Amino acid sequence: MKNETKWIRVTYAHNIPLREGRAVRIAESEIAIFNLGGRFLAVENRCPHREGPLAEGIVSGTTVVCPLHAWKFNLENGQGVSPASSAHCVRSFRTRVEDNVIWLELPANFFTESQALLGCMEQQAEGATEACSVARV
Amino acid sequence: MEKLVVVGNGMAGIACVEQILRHAPKFNITIFGDETHVNYNRILLSSVLAGEKSIEEITLNGLNWYQQHDIALRLGVRITDVDAGAKTVTGDDGSVTGFDKLLLATGSLPVIPSIQDVMKDGVFVFRNLDDTRSLLERARPGLKAVVIGGGLLGLEAARGLQVQGCDVTVVHLMETLMERQLDVTGGSYLANKMNELGITVLLGLSTTAILGKGKVERVQFKGGGTIPADLVVIAAGIRPNIELGQKAGLDTKRGIVVNDYMETSNPDVFAVGECVQHNGICYGLVAPLLEQGKVLAATITGNKGPKYEGTVLASKLKIMGVDVFSAGEIGDKVDGSEVIRYEDPSLGIYKKLTLKASKLTGVILVGDTSDSHRYMEWLRSGTDLASMRRQLLFPDTGGDAGMDVAKISDNETVCGCMGVTKGVIVHAIHERGVNTLAQLKECTKASTGCGSCTELCQQLLKAVAPEFEEESRKVLCKCVPFAEDNLREIVRSQRLKSVQEVLDIYGNGQGCEVCKPALSYMLDMLWCGDHDEDRSARFINDRVHANIQKDGTFSVIPRIRGGVTSAAELRRIADVAEKYRVPLVKITGSQRIDLLGVKKSDLPKVWADLGMTSGQAYTKGVRMVKTCVGTDFCRFGTQDSTSAGIELERRLENLFTPHKLKMAVVGCPRNCAEATVKDIGLVGQEGSWQVVVGGAAGKKVRKADLLITVETTEQALDASGIFFQYYRENANYLERTYDFVERIGIEKVRKETVYAAEPQKQALRGRLHKSKARSRDAWLERNEPRTATQFVQIEMMDGVLV
Ligand SMILES: Cc1cc2nc3c(=O)[nH]c(=O)nc-3n(C[C@H](O)[C@H](O)[C@H](O)COP(=O)(O)OP(=O)(O)OC[C@H]3O[C@@H](n4cnc5c(N)ncnc54)[C@H](O)[C@@H]3O)c2cc1C
Ligand code: HEM
Ligand code: SF4
Ligand code: FES
Repeated sequence: MKNETKWIRVTYAHNIPLREGRAVRIAESEIAIFNLGGRFLAVENRCPHREGPLAEGIVSGTTVVCPLHAWKFNLENGQGVSPASSAHCVRSFRTRVEDNVIWLELPANFFTESQALLGCMEQQAEGATEACSVARV
Repeated sequence: MEKLVVVGNGMAGIACVEQILRHAPKFNITIFGDETHVNYNRILLSSVLAGEKSIEEITLNGLNWYQQHDIALRLGVRITDVDAGAKTVTGDDGSVTGFDKLLLATGSLPVIPSIQDVMKDGVFVFRNLDDTRSLLERARPGLKAVVIGGGLLGLEAARGLQVQGCDVTVVHLMETLMERQLDVTGGSYLANKMNELGITVLLGLSTTAILGKGKVERVQFKGGGTIPADLVVIAAGIRPNIELGQKAGLDTKRGIVVNDYMETSNPDVFAVGECVQHNGICYGLVAPLLEQGKVLAATITGNKGPKYEGTVLASKLKIMGVDVFSAGEIGDKVDGSEVIRYEDPSLGIYKKLTLKASKLTGVILVGDTSDSHRYMEWLRSGTDLASMRRQLLFPDTGGDAGMDVAKISDNETVCGCMGVTKGVIVHAIHERGVNTLAQLKECTKASTGCGSCTELCQQLLKAVAPEFEEESRKVLCKCVPFAEDNLREIVRSQRLKSVQEVLDIYGNGQGCEVCKPALSYMLDMLWCGDHDEDRSARFINDRVHANIQKDGTFSVIPRIRGGVTSAAELRRIADVAEKYRVPLVKITGSQRIDLLGVKKSDLPKVWADLGMTSGQAYTKGVRMVKTCVGTDFCRFGTQDSTSAGIELERRLENLFTPHKLKMAVVGCPRNCAEATVKDIGLVGQEGSWQVVVGGAAGKKVRKADLLITVETTEQALDASGIFFQYYRENANYLERTYDFVERIGIEKVRKETVYAAEPQKQALRGRLHKSKARSRDAWLERNEPRTATQFVQIEMMDGVLV
């Protein structure tokens, strides 16, 4: 029950320019979607440091650099890359593209839970998404 | 003590003296040199011509070195005669100096082919510092330069002149460029590269005459054809300078003949360097000369024993982006040898190895010289390659593209110019406490030649030295590991127009938040705005033209030139503040008004309602010009500071700079708008303006330096513009003018800006105007956004699902 997910349509792929990110408002939260050249990666649009909008960050390979104080996160699994103390991370989401539309996989309770976004640590503990659990191995 | 007289204050002579000094003190040394400079690195004259190094940077032994070793140095004195019987040398100043031992290190002379009127004004050779200075003085943008000779020297000269802005043609007698180092195919790959750089190459042409009234105007070839030329450089080879050897009665052929102990036919006269001939060979590169010097030092100090047995030569072309390496045999038709080739015409890569009996005998690399060390080692050591046949051209990289320093054997040469092996470097690190590249250079001379081994030396230091410290002159970032001045050169010469291109070709293909904005700036500056601007490579502020705040909202600061506004403008600002519920309206420290807390999606509307232009308060660019009231109202005013400030701001606004740039104009030395702590300041005084630069009142407080005092406002604006463009072109990214001016030194800044020759100033003005003409108010993007979602908040397609 807790692990149930839902795929939703978010926006057209052409709305996210190459190597940039854009925030999409979903319910109470914002999710940052990045275009890495045909591949779209999504993470929560809120830096665990001081809530910087990650969608506005500069993309470096498969990482993004927060525009406020330059914390860096791996977009594939949300893991913090720098500063080196790796305790911090953001939640990541799976995406797919169909007919030029980006789809996002969200937990089924995403829209109902008052505290919409789980912390990424909980997410990892649950092994909710593949990417994150892979990263733990 | 015996008297040792050295003739020739060049690389071989001084390196030999350094070796002699390592033995117990034995001599009273006098050195004669007909050049007026202390010993410098002749190899790097090409880099000086190409503007990559300054003359000061290539000094090898400063005056203090000569003093420390009690050496009598006689610069600017040419030795004209040697009397071997009386043991004296005579100088062109009339002096006669006695010696017990004489060391001839007179190098070589440029070969001047028999060309009619070759001494005409505008014809140069390229051998020493004076030649280089004259070339630099003469070369200027738009001139047609012809280089006669397509060997290493000629090509490097051609490139240098091109970087100075000349239109360059290389004329070569042979059908192949660098025919002494390359085969026909290699030569054609090289010719392609030169053409790509924009240098014209003419092959198989024999030059017969220099034409022109009084000075060179055209160059004529056999058959009668001519091409226009404003400047000609002759680089047709060198011949050993043996005149004094002959006068001393030594056995000479092409060079002064020496044996394996570096002895000439006279036991009291020695010779070293390009002027000697050993075993039939006259060398023209530094590495063999240094080996000779070591042997000679042992012999002359009574420690005869070590022998000089010749050197395997390797040549490398020192043109950034044109990688050429050659060593050993180059021809195809050597008996019993086999040839292995690799070619990739579209990448411009050509590799050829010549093998005989499973041993490497020759190598040619064009376009990719990354394996040159490996091949050089095989050549020197005669390694049997039978078991490695499959990996000869493509080493098994094992993940690490760079050479694994651990794999290098101890007797492998790291620095080819100075002949320094890995063993020597490791020894220096362990035994002599070497920790930095500078110390390593000082201690072993490694990396003091052409500089191509610097990276390898750094890796060795990193791997071996316990307290390795990176040099202060750092690379931009590990994604693109080049110093910024190198990068500027690369981008310019390779005509790279987008950040991603630079990253793909010279970097890791990814880039990061450090190098991407720096490269974005560099491209904008170098191409005067005519480049492919990649917004994803820029910081968010430059994507949406506003300053991001801690809560993710933005601040909006419109341009208020010179701090002068109007009632109508203020009314619009007030209306905007109310309409968009701007949480904070503040007068800034820069005589402007800041609207803080605006949402990204409101930015275009706010700009439209304001009807003002961007104040660039969010970017590394022209911020503002603060002004005081000046003559119009102030009773102390001596100059109309307000109008001058508004005009200054108009001329420079919308341009980007390495770091933010703040200016001020004041009407008298009371300095109400604090011009003397600004990046550029104009201080009015009775009948003139002082233009001051490099001031700061931020994290650091620094009083600006006086650049120049001029009479008219127009002159003051012009001087500001010239300095502004010079700073744009020469500062590193994120280097404020106050660090820049301190690093360069105000003397040099003056010399290269306001006191530069008129054409140089004109060139700076020209590039400034070009950039300015292409620049525009960033806020116009409110009407034509870069992308559909530049300012738009994206809402989810499916609506809120419950
Ligand atoms: C532009 C350029 C680029 C080069 N690039 C490379 C390179 O990449 N790699 C490499 O290995 N080599 C390179 N070389 C060659 C290298 O510089 C020389 O091989 C080396 O400098 C020779 O040293 P030397 O001491 O024999 O002669 P020099 O350095 O020429 O020294 C001889 C000195 O003696 C002086 N002299 C001569 N006669 C008298 C006299 N009668 N009285 C007083 N003084 C006298 C001369 O003026 C000169 O200063 C380059 C050379 C040039 C010009
Ligand atoms: C003998 C010394 C000085 C004299 C006679 C002088 C005179 C003046 C006058 C007449 C004005 C008012 C101009 C106007 O608005 O009508 C003024 C404004 C100003 N002066 Fe000075 N000044 C002096 C020194 C300084 C110094 C040393 C500073 C700062 C380092 C300074 C900073 C300012 C500033 C910031 C203003 C503008 C104030 C504002 O915006 O309201 N002044 N000064
Ligand atoms: S700097 Fe001089 S001219 Fe300008 S306001 Fe101050 S006192 Fe007046
Ligand atoms: S809020 Fe992201 S680094 Fe500070």
